[in-house]
Amino acid sequence: MKAEQQYIDLFSQCEDLICRKSVPVLNALRAEAFAHFERLGFPSLQGEDYKYTDVAKAFAPDYGLNLNRLDIPVNPYDVFRCDVPNLSTSLYFVVNDVFYNKELPKAHLPEGVYAGGLMEFARLYPEIAARYYGHGASMEDNALVALNTMLAQDGFVFYVPRGVVVERPVQLVNIFRSDVDTMANRRLLFIVEEDAEAKLLVCDHSIDDVKFLANQVVEIFAGENAHVDYYDLEESSASTSRFSSLYVRQAGNSNVVVNGVTLTNGLTRNNYHVSLDGEGATLTLSGMSVLDGEQQLDTYSLVSHNVPRCTCNELFKNVLNDHAVGAFSGRILVKEGAEKTSAYQTNRNLCATRECRMYSKPQLEIYADDVKCSHGMTTGQLDDAALFYMQSRGIPREEARMLLSVAFTADVIEQIRLDALRDRLHRLVEKRFRGELAKCEGCRICK
Amino acid sequence: MLEIKNLHASINGKEILKGINLSVKAGEVHAIMGPNGSGKSTLSSVLVGNPSFTVTEGEVMFNGKNLLELSPEDRSREGIFLSFQYPVEIPGVSMVNFMRAAVNAHREYKGLPPVSATDFLKLMREKRAIVELDNKLASRSVNEGFSGGEKKRNEIFQMAMLEPKLSILDETDSGLDIDALRIVASGVNKLKRADNATIVITHYQRLLDYIKPDIVHVLYKGRIVKTAGPELALELEERGYDWIKKEFE
Repeated sequence: MKAEQQYIDLFSQCEDLICRKSVPVLNALRAEAFAHFERLGFPSLQGEDYKYTDVAKAFAPDYGLNLNRLDIPVNPYDVFRCDVPNLSTSLYFVVNDVFYNKELPKAHLPEGVYAGGLMEFARLYPEIAARYYGHGASMEDNALVALNTMLAQDGFVFYVPRGVVVERPVQLVNIFRSDVDTMANRRLLFIVEEDAEAKLLVCDHSIDDVKFLANQVVEIFAGENAHVDYYDLEESSASTSRFSSLYVRQAGNSNVVVNGVTLTNGLTRNNYHVSLDGEGATLTLSGMSVLDGEQQLDTYSLVSHNVPRCTCNELFKNVLNDHAVGAFSGRILVKEGAEKTSAYQTNRNLCATRECRMYSKPQLEIYADDVKCSHGMTTGQLDDAALFYMQSRGIPREEARMLLSVAFTADVIEQIRLDALRDRLHRLVEKRFRGELAKCEGCRICK
Repeated sequence: MLEIKNLHASINGKEILKGINLSVKAGEVHAIMGPNGSGKSTLSSVLVGNPSFTVTEGEVMFNGKNLLELSPEDRSREGIFLSFQYPVEIPGVSMVNFMRAAVNAHREYKGLPPVSATDFLKLMREKRAIVELDNKLASRSVNEGFSGGEKKRNEIFQMAMLEPKLSILDETDSGLDIDALRIVASGVNKLKRADNATIVITHYQRLLDYIKPDIVHVLYKGRIVKTAGPELALELEERGYDWIKKEFE
């Protein structure tokens, strides 16, 4: 049986239930999404974009789905010890793919701002929800988006209306908690309207040792002159697979930072699609990973310069060890007429063993004349001269390797515009390189 | 302190050192001079355990320990220090983190706890003054964007921090203007004690005007061919190396 079939059957049999336990704004797109998914099927290994990630294989096992929206017996405040303390945030939880709406702390959010469950948001403000939901991500050509749109029932929304500046960052923690193998269809909407400013930090944690599969769609909308920061920190488990399709739409003079850090995971595919739709838009897109054991990270990005005078800076770095596998495919598309584009892309990777693998494919496609574009890719080892210099000062080789690896990834962390998070991440990455990160408190895997 | 006996070493199968014998005692300053390509830098590299070189014969004892069996980091922690001819730039690693790691590695070797943050910064401040490095140093990446003079001063600063028993200065004078040379040399002299020793490797006499050697050796074609008092350096300055070359060809 093809891997798609079980999802097709599931939807055909459970459409009523899925809709009943969700809301009209989400239900409105399901039939269309189903048609797209049936037509597209999972992307194959033969295709150019999924050469290194076997999607069908990841989706083939029989995962449980919580279509009935049953309560998961967990108190996130108990199980979650944040790795980013001293960071004053408005904190929210999504457990698997259900927004956790019990014991919500009093949010210190300005008037008109909404942070909370997607279902609730769509119920309270159906017009706003319908204006954005499904308008960032494209399900016509992305089977994973189609599948998510077909099955997603809830998720998280951070909505900031025109002109409002939200000083305090919002933090969303995605928790995987289950006694059986589980699939989650998470959906995240991050809307920052014109002249507004907001920062969202999303952390992924898996707290059980069963198999988890996340198929998530993130839609980010930056209005004119909006300042938007999206930080994504993945600290899941070796038995967690994550497929993330992140779409950004940027209006004129908007300024967006998207930064993804993968410290622990099983298999992750991160798709970044950014559409620069208004003149003067600026994007900083960056990410880093520390991969060892059998960890896999496949990063795909497509930044589309649709209009003149937009800027994008792309920086991705990976440190691989043991049998880890990394892939990077970065496409920058400068469309006809997008003059005065500035687009820069850098991908640098360190391979510590002969067994780890890194596949990198930078790609610039330029159809305009007056542009500044560059791309660069390097894959190699730590500098032997630097290692020896450090050893000659008494620093043990392993410590020297750690210091150089931390230094290698430091400039990605430097892109973060939140001082407390940046400092904390520097330390977290160092802990990760020291191998101290797996011993988090409150996590069932380590107990 | 240091006993080198019949040391042979090669790189990529090519023999560079062809039987070095050298004995250095505490309190002494030795100068090793010689024309280009005679093996001066190879000798310093071999002593600190640079993996590019292979020792094919001979032995090196350092305070009773077989130096050649130790890793580069343990040689440092036993008290050997090399001031590099070409200090390495390490982008992204700040001087303060670099030095803290080094100082704590030395302390751990001696069974001491890590140095406290305040004590460490105090130590940095004190030692920095010896080579007149400014306080921006701490936050800068190791040697990155340093001028030639700053790099060499930074080497001596690290030497001051680690208080080695044996310091090897490899062409520390190369690329230095006269002011930087004076600062570097006076730094080295301030660190001189009765219980430590220094090997100055240099091509020219001029550094030896500032750092006075007790014994001068001439290295030629991988062997020490002449050993004498400080007057030998002056003679070399005057007559060059040709007369020595002639003597041994």
